[in-house]
Amino acid sequence: MLLEIRDLTVKYGAMTILDDVSFSVDEGQWLMIAGPNGAGKSTIVNAIMSQAPYTGNVRVCGENIVKIRPRDLARRVGVLSQSHNVGYAFSVEEVVRLGRYSHTRRVFSRDDGGDAAAVDAAIEMCGLRPMLNQSVLTLSGGELQRTFLAQLFAQNPSVLVLDEPTNHLDLVYQKQIFALISEWLKTPNRAVVSVVHDLSLARAYGTHALLLDRGKLVASGVPRDVFSRENLERVYAMDVFAWMRDMLGQWDDGDS
Amino acid sequence: MRNKQKLNLTARRGEGFGVFAYVLFALAALAAFLLSTCLGSVPVPLSDSISAMLGGLRHAIFPKFDAPTGLAATIVNTVRVPRALSAGLSGAVLALAGCAMQGLLKNPLADGSTLGVSSGASLGAVVAIVIGFTIPGIPFAGTTILSAGGAFLALLIIMTLAYKLDGSLSTNTIILVGVIFSMFMNSVISILVTFSGEHTRGIMFWTMGSMSGKRYSDVLLLLVSLLIFGGILLAHGRELNAFAVGEDNARSVGVNVRRVKLTVLICVSALVGVAVSVGGTIAFVGLVTPHMTRMVVGPNHRKLMPASCVAGAAFLMLSDLASRTVLSPRELPIGVVTSLVGAVLFVYIFYKSRKGSR
Repeated sequence: MLLEIRDLTVKYGAMTILDDVSFSVDEGQWLMIAGPNGAGKSTIVNAIMSQAPYTGNVRVCGENIVKIRPRDLARRVGVLSQSHNVGYAFSVEEVVRLGRYSHTRRVFSRDDGGDAAAVDAAIEMCGLRPMLNQSVLTLSGGELQRTFLAQLFAQNPSVLVLDEPTNHLDLVYQKQIFALISEWLKTPNRAVVSVVHDLSLARAYGTHALLLDRGKLVASGVPRDVFSRENLERVYAMDVFAWMRDMLGQWDDGDS
Repeated sequence: MRNKQKLNLTARRGEGFGVFAYVLFALAALAAFLLSTCLGSVPVPLSDSISAMLGGLRHAIFPKFDAPTGLAATIVNTVRVPRALSAGLSGAVLALAGCAMQGLLKNPLADGSTLGVSSGASLGAVVAIVIGFTIPGIPFAGTTILSAGGAFLALLIIMTLAYKLDGSLSTNTIILVGVIFSMFMNSVISILVTFSGEHTRGIMFWTMGSMSGKRYSDVLLLLVSLLIFGGILLAHGRELNAFAVGEDNARSVGVNVRRVKLTVLICVSALVGVAVSVGGTIAFVGLVTPHMTRMVVGPNHRKLMPASCVAGAAFLMLSDLASRTVLSPRELPIGVVTSLVGAVLFVYIFYKSRKGSR
């Protein structure tokens, strides 16, 4: 089991954000975590990064994360946030190379941790070759997200955690990012967990899914079952299926 | 033409910065040092100054050789060399501390003084002057000890406050607490000055900074702290890069965020404390030097920190030279020179770069 979460509860004062949530992710799986705003999706990500005070158990590759040193944790779990606010004009290549930090041991070793090929492959995979020396401050949102994805690929963790990775991106970039991640997932001993808003994307790319509502687990399993008409109606308090069909139906006639 | 200009702007600065540029930076610092030994109320020709220094060095290493004699040699070896070295090392120390803070807090306005450490250090020094705290047998040691102590105490208070307010020690909290603490300390200094009577002049000089009367013991103190604490900072270049990209990103790539933050903050406060104890509060060096160096070298701290060190050394030696020669025989506080030159230079560069990017 690459990621195992048992009885995860997060409380801020009297408020319970996550209530006794358990799930696990195995090799080759892409788990989609969905639910309305305030369901506690991002809190799961924060707990995995030890950024939220939790009770319960989070194990990565069989080991409790509180016992793993930051450098070792980074070689098992990598997180892609939804937006980035870089301080200075680092080049695309410098940001990608930072992904190798957990693989460098000595002060004077090279930035790529002696593995230029890993950095190169990540750059190639994300199509960043043409903008290698460009300042990250001049990139578009999609290019920036691709740069940080390449950093994660260079980091080469077993579990990729994505917190609404395509939130600010247009359709083309959404497709690009999801295609890149499913390509990455093809290598053995890897898994992906992502928090998503877009249920269509969740159904299209997820191998497994988790539906949360106000901190409680509503359903888990394969996406088709989890995102059933009844489950969605219960969680979102509306007929999501009908709404989706209406929205997509607009495109059927007229232009063809 | 216009298109070409645009392309150049999106390209990153400091692309080809290699050994050659480091040599240029070092030569500038060396030139500033040599100028400092030659110029002053008694001008000394360059050849005399160099031979006096070599003679002094030979005497220091092999005492069987006599120390060089004569007015010029005495001035160069006992007054100007320790003064120039103190100025250079202070500049290096302050620039390095500022550079590390700007990376750690992802904020180009961060600096030892933003952290409140400089104010704590100068309060310590002012207290030493007002209460006449001295250590028998070692002149000025009282001021040094209280000043370094003030810096550490300031750090302790700021970190405790920031930690109480926000357990994760977020950068914004640290800067906010630092700025408020600085203002508070400056008020306390002003109160002390009001009641200090005959000490006012000495205190004013201290709060503006001065390299006058520095000796080899000061040089040694600065050098040792630069080697120890500066060395630790230089070894954290990669971590500072991660922080400069973003604290969350640093955490994601595997940086031990809290440990690195504490290490850097302690090193910075030690460096600033020592620099203030030697030369008083010297504004602008820690803030502007890394900023301007970044424009040449780029933001990678593994290159930026050593380059800032050398640039800070050159800048402060030249400022010190200006402070004692421009209005000779009067001497200006060095902080006045750094602020005047630094502010004008900074605005000019900022204006040029903004205008260019439009």
